[in-house]
Amino acid sequence: MSGPLDLVRSLGHATVDRIWRLGFATRFFFAILLHSGTAFRRLPLTLREIYFSGVLSLMIILVSGLFVGLVLGLQGYETLQRYGSTEALGILVALSLVRELGPVVAGLLFASRAGSSITAEIGLMKATEQLKAMDMMAVNPIARVVAPRFWGGVISMPLLAAMFSAMGVFGGWLVGVVLIGVDDGAFWSQMQSSVDFRYDILNGIIKSVVFGFAVSLIAVFEGYDSVPTAEGVSRAITRTVVTSAMTILALDFILTSFMFRGNS
Amino acid sequence: MSDDILVDIQDLHFNYDGRPVLQGINMKIPRGKVVAIMGGSGCGKTTLLRCIGGQLHPTGGSVRLEKHQVCQMSEAELYRLRRRMGMLFQFGALFTDLTVFENVAFPLREHTNLSEEMIRDLVLMKLEAVGLRGAHALMPGSLSGGMARRVALARAIALDPMLIMYDEPFTGLDPIALGVIGRLIRSLNDALGATSIMVTHDIQESLLIVDYIYFLNGGQVVAEGTPDEIRASRDPFVHQFVHAEPDGPVHFDYPAPSVGQDFMPGGAHVGAA
Repeated sequence: MSGPLDLVRSLGHATVDRIWRLGFATRFFFAILLHSGTAFRRLPLTLREIYFSGVLSLMIILVSGLFVGLVLGLQGYETLQRYGSTEALGILVALSLVRELGPVVAGLLFASRAGSSITAEIGLMKATEQLKAMDMMAVNPIARVVAPRFWGGVISMPLLAAMFSAMGVFGGWLVGVVLIGVDDGAFWSQMQSSVDFRYDILNGIIKSVVFGFAVSLIAVFEGYDSVPTAEGVSRAITRTVVTSAMTILALDFILTSFMFRGNS
Repeated sequence: MSDDILVDIQDLHFNYDGRPVLQGINMKIPRGKVVAIMGGSGCGKTTLLRCIGGQLHPTGGSVRLEKHQVCQMSEAELYRLRRRMGMLFQFGALFTDLTVFENVAFPLREHTNLSEEMIRDLVLMKLEAVGLRGAHALMPGSLSGGMARRVALARAIALDPMLIMYDEPFTGLDPIALGVIGRLIRSLNDALGATSIMVTHDIQESLLIVDYIYFLNGGQVVAEGTPDEIRASRDPFVHQFVHAEPDGPVHFDYPAPSVGQDFMPGGAHVGAA
């Protein structure tokens, strides 16, 4: 019989399940930290993951960065010309990218390109008993499989965000200076004088590092905790992308509220 | 425990989600022997194997391997013990991103400081033992089921283990591959001086190669004996299993309400919300 009691029961079950998963994820994170020695002692393992997570994501990051920069250049010029300050286009493009769009959009792209791939790989290794086989061979799967992928993601993410921002600035310059005709010197000099390394760039880097930690942890956790079936792995991949996107946006708000308080 | 006994299982219980899977298993696996654990699907065979390997913690009883209480070992102690165990998984569980050579070299690279030349020689020797030296450069995706099982066997024996465990080694193999794997299990066990525990359904192949058989049903040992004793057994369970009979102590049908309840008007409940 379905009724209010069943609703309460299912809500309770879902809540307990969420809390249990959160606890497991926390323990899992500490287990990764505990077994991270292997990832750094055997550097080729982590370098291989940097290649898969970072280098193979480079194309999508560069192309997206270019288009975001092109759009920023167009929209920025259109807005700034109303106030007669089109020379400030360089500042607008650079600040938008290094403070916000670089880390956030690169994080979202990283989650959908590399995060989903990490989850799928670990999930399929679990489904085909490769993780169990490794465990039976006295090789800890967290040390051998999870930690290198986690650190590979953490290291790749800020580098990708930096590439995204650089490409975006190039896109803004291409539209603003080359196509529309904004003064080249004004574009670069205004940018140089107004973008502060510590306040703008460093905070952007901190954001991308935090997003790298979050997305990498979500990706490896969802893969490791996936139900070892085709449907289970598919759901885990979806959860990785959705949870990562929500986490990035929520963390971005929190970090921004702490970092930028209007005193630039 | 006698030195002749490598694995001693006493009153082993295991529950999964409150459902009893193993209910008081007692078993002794002598050194140097090939022992089969048989029984219908879901009777707890693989669970028992995973308890022996320390991958599952039983809810009661003990598993003693040599002088070690497997259930009470720390992770580090368990890993030290597992370096002396090999396990063949049902479908091989080869690492799909590594070549055949790299798969077999994996435990050697992880647990030894041998030079690359030495690893190369050892890997080729192990692959030669399973007849796949020529396949060392292939990827697991291009192997047949039987070949994948043989590569996994070469990987399982890479560190010359004292105990080799086989989880359904004959599943899905054609008769030739099945016979090859069966003979390999026997010959490798004898050549390495190892002890083998084999979980399987395949009664005919097992009777040819094993020294002793335990039959499980409902999480308990219901029969045991040498292949000759099993062939001659009048035990209804053994008889049903050996002769693949649909009727006997093991029911083919999953428990269900009576046919009348499901098919008579007003009695249908299947699919009802």
